[in-house]
Amino acid sequence: MSSNADMDELYQEIILDHFKNPRHFSELNDDEVLVDEYNPTCGDQIRMTAVVADGVVKDIRYDGHGCAISMASASMMAEAVVGKPVDEARQIIADFVAVMRGEKDSDLAELGDMASLEGVRRYPLRIKCATMSWHAISKAIDKIAT
Amino acid sequence: MTTTPVTGDDILRGPGFDPAMLRFQFPILAQKIHGDKRLAYLDNAATTQKPQPVICALCEYYEFCNSNVHRALHELAERATEQYDESRRKVARFIGAGQEESVVFTRGTTESINLVAYAWGRKFIEEGDVILLTEMEHHSNIIPWQILAREKGAKLVYVPVLDDGSLDIEAFHRSLSSKVKLFAVTHMSNVLGTINPVKELADAARAAGARVLVDGAQSAPHMPIDVQDLGVDFFAFSGHKMCAPTGIGALYARRELLEDMDPFMGGGEMINRVSLDDATWAEVPHKFEAGTPNISGAVGLGVAVDFLANLGMDKILEHDRRLTAYTIEKLSAIEGIKIFGKAPERGGAISFEVAGIHPHDLSQLVDREGVAIRAGHMCAQPLMKRLGVGAVSRASVYLYNVEEDVDQLVYAIGKAKDFFKV
Repeated sequence: MSSNADMDELYQEIILDHFKNPRHFSELNDDEVLVDEYNPTCGDQIRMTAVVADGVVKDIRYDGHGCAISMASASMMAEAVVGKPVDEARQIIADFVAVMRGEKDSDLAELGDMASLEGVRRYPLRIKCATMSWHAISKAIDKIAT
Repeated sequence: MTTTPVTGDDILRGPGFDPAMLRFQFPILAQKIHGDKRLAYLDNAATTQKPQPVICALCEYYEFCNSNVHRALHELAERATEQYDESRRKVARFIGAGQEESVVFTRGTTESINLVAYAWGRKFIEEGDVILLTEMEHHSNIIPWQILAREKGAKLVYVPVLDDGSLDIEAFHRSLSSKVKLFAVTHMSNVLGTINPVKELADAARAAGARVLVDGAQSAPHMPIDVQDLGVDFFAFSGHKMCAPTGIGALYARRELLEDMDPFMGGGEMINRVSLDDATWAEVPHKFEAGTPNISGAVGLGVAVDFLANLGMDKILEHDRRLTAYTIEKLSAIEGIKIFGKAPERGGAISFEVAGIHPHDLSQLVDREGVAIRAGHMCAQPLMKRLGVGAVSRASVYLYNVEEDVDQLVYAIGKAKDFFKV
């Protein structure tokens, strides 16, 4: 029983939904890839591109493959960041990564679906899965936002 | 109805090869996982569990024998040296090395292969030479050669893998030429389970003038090995995948090759005479064992190969085959599963994917049912690319696994599928 409860916490319904129907996911042409992140310990890969205009993150698109945690996290990240001014986007990214690393108490509840990723913190081996797309968008924004 | 009386001879012979009984010799397997779940340990291609005699040998070594080897003249040093040297003789017998001087203790397969790349490769590989590898190699049998090839201007050529997971033998023969100075191949793939016909390959490669290195990390634990019969020049393997502690393994090499090779690392133990400007090397195999070796590990490895030899490597292989067939049959019945590696000759490393569930998620979910399997690229990224996947799940069996372990895996995969609604 307890093990099922653990798994329910790690793989909440909302995570499985994002995994199966990832938002902002689309196959990228090689020439539009801004960031290509690879997790050598597990083979997960994510390629990302973004559009920033007038100081606002207008669009994010990505492709790749990975576990439910990494793919759902990418989907939630894109939802959380698209439409935000660059400064605010950077703050959201920093907060999320800090919460995942246990450096900051969670206020993910304010951030909607992302709150569902809190359970990942109890599985140290999976934290990298959850943060990979966030590192990718951070690098992408650094590349295009001046 | 009559029953045959149990005689004293029967008791001395023991119960024979009985995995269900053998399990009791592996204390770690008795524990419960996640509260009340029976442990089904199916990650043996990564590392195996250790039997009580090996665990006890480590304690005993440190309680009664610990000392440095080949140096001091006191009683403890004699005991440690005797046990260390005896382990080398046991390992030599276990792999049919013919002579103990052909066995170099290392940290494991990776160090053994690096030793050859460094000490043999740097001396004998030249610009334009070809190092022939295969697409199914573990990174440990790719990277040392990449480093060497880059340094020397040599060329790496890879024998392709066929769709069923076996090696393209025709392509192998076509690849041979006088340019090929080394053929390095895995005996058994850690991903596909494929057992390569090493004897036949070694014959052809050596006839073409190449040296042959075999990565025996997955084969030495699971089948009888006779390196002389196989006709190989180098054979590398790890102790921890065959009931011994981590951090100990061995390299077999033909003695004349070891004599010709330069040292791997410099330091104590590997020298004969040393002056401020020069030195001469110790006799083989000590020339390749600089520094204080992993003595307790070597002792543990000696006990482990005794343990395996007493069970009978042929019996272990037979058990592996039976349980592998059972596992493939049971897994194949699961809807949406794909098994990688259908070579006719295969061992008990069984990689698969379940549609709609990433291997990491699957591994995490079956773990909650007490089942330990591996997920990831299995240190074989080029092979993953060949298979067209980023990662796979892998179940791998050993002598203490029983059908119940496999049934538990099948049940756990079913639960994972329910959970992911696939």
